[in-house]
Amino acid sequence: MARSLLFPEFKIERDKERCIACQVCVRQCANDVHEGSDTEDTVVSQEEKCVGCQRCVNLCPTNALTVQTRKDGFRPNGNWEDRHLRGIYKQAETGGILLTGMGCDRLYPVYWDHLLLNASQVTNPSIDPLREPIELTTYLGKKEEKLDIHWEGDSPVVRTRLAPQLGLEVPVIFSAMSYGSISYNAFRSLAEAAREAGTFCNSGEGGLHPDFYPFGENIIVQVASGRFGVHRDYLRVAAAVEIKIGQGAKPGIGGHLPGEKVSKEISRTRKIPLESDAISPAPHHDIYSIEDLERLVFAIKEAINYEKPVAVKIAAVHNVAAIASGVVRAGADIVTIDGIRGGTGAAPQVIRDNVGIPIELALAQVDERLRLEGIRHHSSLLIAGGIRSSADVIKAIALGADAVYVGTAALVGLGCHLCQKCYTGKCNWGIATQDPVLTKRLNPNIGRRRLVNLLRAWAFEIKEMLGGMGVNAIESLRGNREHLRAVGLSREECSVLGVKAAGEGW
Amino acid sequence: MKHIKIHEEYCIGCRLCEINCLVKHSHTGKIIKAFKEESPRAFPRIRVEEEGCLSFALQCRHCEDAPCVENCMTGAMRRDKENATVLCDEEKCVGCWMCIMSCPCGVIKREKKTRRIASKCDLCGGVDEPVCVAHCPNEALTYE
Ligand code: SF4
Ligand code: SF4
Ligand code: SF4
Ligand code: SF4
Ligand code: SF4
Repeated sequence: MARSLLFPEFKIERDKERCIACQVCVRQCANDVHEGSDTEDTVVSQEEKCVGCQRCVNLCPTNALTVQTRKDGFRPNGNWEDRHLRGIYKQAETGGILLTGMGCDRLYPVYWDHLLLNASQVTNPSIDPLREPIELTTYLGKKEEKLDIHWEGDSPVVRTRLAPQLGLEVPVIFSAMSYGSISYNAFRSLAEAAREAGTFCNSGEGGLHPDFYPFGENIIVQVASGRFGVHRDYLRVAAAVEIKIGQGAKPGIGGHLPGEKVSKEISRTRKIPLESDAISPAPHHDIYSIEDLERLVFAIKEAINYEKPVAVKIAAVHNVAAIASGVVRAGADIVTIDGIRGGTGAAPQVIRDNVGIPIELALAQVDERLRLEGIRHHSSLLIAGGIRSSADVIKAIALGADAVYVGTAALVGLGCHLCQKCYTGKCNWGIATQDPVLTKRLNPNIGRRRLVNLLRAWAFEIKEMLGGMGVNAIESLRGNREHLRAVGLSREECSVLGVKAAGEGW
Repeated sequence: MKHIKIHEEYCIGCRLCEINCLVKHSHTGKIIKAFKEESPRAFPRIRVEEEGCLSFALQCRHCEDAPCVENCMTGAMRRDKENATVLCDEEKCVGCWMCIMSCPCGVIKREKKTRRIASKCDLCGGVDEPVCVAHCPNEALTYE
C-alpha cells in the first residue's frame, strides 16, 4: 500500500513520572489511540488517529496527559498553510469531498467582537438588577398593527384576534439538532433544560422520538426537505413548526444521514427503513418560489389550526434581506436566519468554510429592510450561527434580533470540545454519536443541569448589561443600535451594520 | 442508612471508581504514590463488571440480613452498631472464606498475601460522600 502523506495533527505527551498506567485513557478513546499492556505498567499512544477531543486528558486521574496541536514543520509559507497541504494530501489519497463537522472555523471577522455596548452615566441612571426587576421575557410571533379595544363598562376587552406567540423566559433557544445527528441523551438534555429554563429546543429534521412528545410544549419541530417523521401528531404536539429551507453551515445543499446511523430508534423516529440512508434533498421539491413557500406555510397553519407560530429558516446568503422580506410576506410568524458560522453534524468543508455571510451583517440588513418595508412586526427575527456568550446575545438583540438560537454553545455546555469530527459518529463526548458505548457518556441529568446553569448565568449577565444601559426590559433594547458602537471596522462595514463608529455621540 | 446506588445506564466503564477506592485504602492516600511507590499496592473494594456495551461498578451492598455476617464463625464480619455498615475486623478474620462463598454479589475479595480476607467496601469509613461516588465522572454511582 502506498504510504500516506498525512501526518498526525496532534502530539500526545504522557508524563512518565505521573502516569500510573491505569488505562483510563485507553478505555476512553473511541479512536483507539492509546494502548495498554496486560503484563507491563506502560501505556503508549499512536497519534495518527487522535482528533484532539481532549476526552482522555479530561479523565486522566493524574493529569499525566497533554494533547497539543502538532507543529507541522513545513517551511513557513504565507500562501500555503498546512491546511491546504493536508487537504490536498487527503484528497489525492481518497478522491473524495472533505467532510467536517461544527461551524466554519476560518478567520473571517467576527463582528460581535467589533461591537461595543453603551452604559449610563450622569444623564440617565443605570439600574441595579438585584434591586429592581429587569424583564427578559420575549414573545416570538406576528405582532398586531393595532388592537381593537372595546370597553365594557370600565374594563377593556381586546377584540383583535392575537397571533399565536412563543413565550421565552430568556431570549435564547436551543437550535435545530436532530436525534440522529446527536444522541438520545444529548437531545434529552436539551429538551429537559428547555422545559426547566422556560425556553425551547428544536427537533431538527429528524422527527420526534415518542419519548419526547411529553416535552412538546417546549419543542419547535422542523419540516425540512426530507420531510422525515412529519405527520399530524408531530406538528400538533409542538409549540411551533419551523420550515427549514437552509442552514448556515451548508447553504444550498441537503443533508445525508448515513445508513449505519439509522438505528432502530432512529428509523422509528424518522419513519424510514432500518439502516437506510436518510437523504434530505437540497431544495424542497415543492418550493421553487415565495408563493410555493406561502402554500406550505399555510398548509401547516391549517394543520395546526392557526394555534401556533410557523417559522421559516433560511441561511444567511448574499441576498438575504430580500429573501427574508419574501419569507415574511409568505406568512412566516418567525424568520430564522442562520449565519456562516452555524454548526452542523456533517458538511463538505469547502461549503462550510466558503458559502454564506456572517450573521451580524445579515441580521442588520434584514432588520433594516423589514423596517423600511413596514413589515418588521409581521415576523419575529430569530438568529443563529456563532453566538458564543451573553455579550453576543445582547449585541444581536441591539442589532435587531428578537431572540437567538444556540447550537454549538449548548453542545459545548454538554462537553463538546469542537474537534469537528461529528460526522464520524465517534464523538468521544457522547454527543454526536449513536454508538451505545459512547452515548451513555452523556448523563442527561448532568446535561440538563449544565444547560440550565448556562442559561441562568447568561440571563444574569444580560440583566447586568441591560441595567448598566439603564434599560429595564430586553424589548426596549431590540433594534436600538444607538446602544452599539463599532471599533476597528471600515465605513462600509459600519454602514451595513447600521452602527456608528466608537467615539461618535448621538 | 444511605446506600450507594448503581446507575448502569450511565456507567462508562472508566474504572475511576476502582482507582480512587484503591487510593483511599492506600497508606499515603496520594494517587501517584499509591500506584508507583507503595508495595504491596492497595486494592480496590469495588469492581467494574463489563460485557459488551454494558458496564457497572459493584461493591458491598451492606445487606440488611447480610449472609456474610451470619456465616462468619469468628465474628470478624460484623455490622457496625453506629452506622449499620457491614465491616470486617481483619484481626479476627482467620481466612476461612465463608463470607466469600455466601456473598450473593461476589464483592468480597481475598487478600492474597496473608490469606486473610480484607477486601471489602467499608463505605470509606463513614464519610459524607464515598470516594467512588465522588470520583465517578458521570454520576453512575450516587449515595442516597
Ligand atoms: S489515564 Fe493518565 S494515568 Fe492513566 S494510563 Fe492514561 S495517561 Fe496514564
Ligand atoms: S482522540 Fe481524543 S480521546 Fe483519543 S487520544 Fe485524541 S484527544 Fe485523547
Ligand atoms: S459534538 Fe463531539 S464530535 Fe462533534 S465537535 Fe463536539 S466533541 Fe467533537
Ligand atoms: S464506598 Fe469507599 S470503600 Fe466502598 S467501594 Fe466506594 S470507595 Fe471503595
Ligand atoms: S467511575 Fe463511574 S462511570 Fe467509571 S466505571 Fe466507576 S461507576 Fe462506571
